[in-house]
Amino acid sequence: MRSATAPRAAARGGSEVFDFDYARPASLAEALALLEADADARPLAGGQTLIPTLKQRLAHPTLLVDLQGLRELRGIEVGKDFVTVGAMTRHAETASHAGLAAAIPALAFLASGIAHPQVRQVGTMGGSISNNDPAADYPGALVGLGARVQTTRREIPADAFFTGLFSTALEPGELVLRVRFPIPRRAGYCKIANPASGYVTTGCFIADFGDAVRVAVNGAGPCVFRLPELEQALARDFSPAALAGFSLSPQGLNADLHASATYRAQLVAVAARRALAMALAPQPHQESLPA
Amino acid sequence: MARIEVSLLVNGVPRTHAVEPRTLLVEFLREHCGLTGTHVGCDTTQCGCCTVHLDGSAVKSCTLFAAQAAGREVTTIEGVGTPTQLHPLQHAFREHHALQCGFCTPGMVMQGIDIIRRGRAGDDATVRHELEGNLCRCTGYQNIVDAIRDCATRCGARGV
Repeated sequence: MRSATAPRAAARGGSEVFDFDYARPASLAEALALLEADADARPLAGGQTLIPTLKQRLAHPTLLVDLQGLRELRGIEVGKDFVTVGAMTRHAETASHAGLAAAIPALAFLASGIAHPQVRQVGTMGGSISNNDPAADYPGALVGLGARVQTTRREIPADAFFTGLFSTALEPGELVLRVRFPIPRRAGYCKIANPASGYVTTGCFIADFGDAVRVAVNGAGPCVFRLPELEQALARDFSPAALAGFSLSPQGLNADLHASATYRAQLVAVAARRALAMALAPQPHQESLPA
Repeated sequence: MARIEVSLLVNGVPRTHAVEPRTLLVEFLREHCGLTGTHVGCDTTQCGCCTVHLDGSAVKSCTLFAAQAAGREVTTIEGVGTPTQLHPLQHAFREHHALQCGFCTPGMVMQGIDIIRRGRAGDDATVRHELEGNLCRCTGYQNIVDAIRDCATRCGARGV
């Protein structure tokens, strides 16, 4: 092939992505049948993580089943007690939806800070949570708000959905349909991002439901986790005083060239304080929401 | 693997090519359509040189398969202005010296138009936040921010 980029690809040993077949089903039934028929088929949502993964040859699917044609997986519904977000809803839509921003400002704020604008136009909530990258934002919101994930087979509480590093409770061929978020009295999110990549080094989501408080930490460990000790302290006293003296053991936390486990443990306390400050602010972060 | 036929509207012109499913949108544009204004800087979703508009929104064409864009509308830098009739933002880039080597410029202009259309060009901090997905190694960004804000002031969100 005559190609301006051929020398670049050739230098890496040929075209970087393994070959695959592509399908764009028009119905959920058709998508499930395609995934069922081929154990090495993979669903393709926005592809903003999957395509870089394929370029690195870390995955070798035989067939990509593009879900963009499934309208029923798109859209946001805001009810009295819950906000429901379809799996194929793009981050930019979640970030700019006025009803969602009014109901759960911290969730809109979180979505507005995922990656950068071009990725937010394509990346989806369902794709992000199904991948469960430890450096992703949405797992913090799902666990922090006690969301429920509706799939093609069942409903899974967020606490049971995220099972480990890049692992979820999803079975082969099972697809996320939508996520249902309970609306809290108030909530806040803070991520401390790597300044170069923008990925989450440590994040914390805090939600106050009146009778209970939830605190989720993403980015710091291999998988999102809760902090029961802080939840109890904040349930007694939802103020910065409840965080005084809090410290987390670095044991089991992620360590890489950007941040040691000890540093991440320290950042958890910082992120928790900032998330709480957002939850307590009278008009949280409205100025930073996209138009 | 068998090639598939991918049809999309590029700058208003219907384009159909038989490509491998793994063909990236940027490869479709550069190698099959011959539109080399869309650049590949990093190929890892970081630099933004490959930014194009898909159904009117700025996306990275190195991180989309051409097949994903089938049946949809793509606008590249070739579709926004010509050397004799520059787009107002291209004109602003020239006036403000918002480029030096020019490699990132097509992506900067495509992202800049998207920023102005979404009404996000009101202050420096917001424009810089919106440019997080675009890297420039020459200018230090200040003149790019100036050009985008100036164009937004002159043309308005609907004038670009």
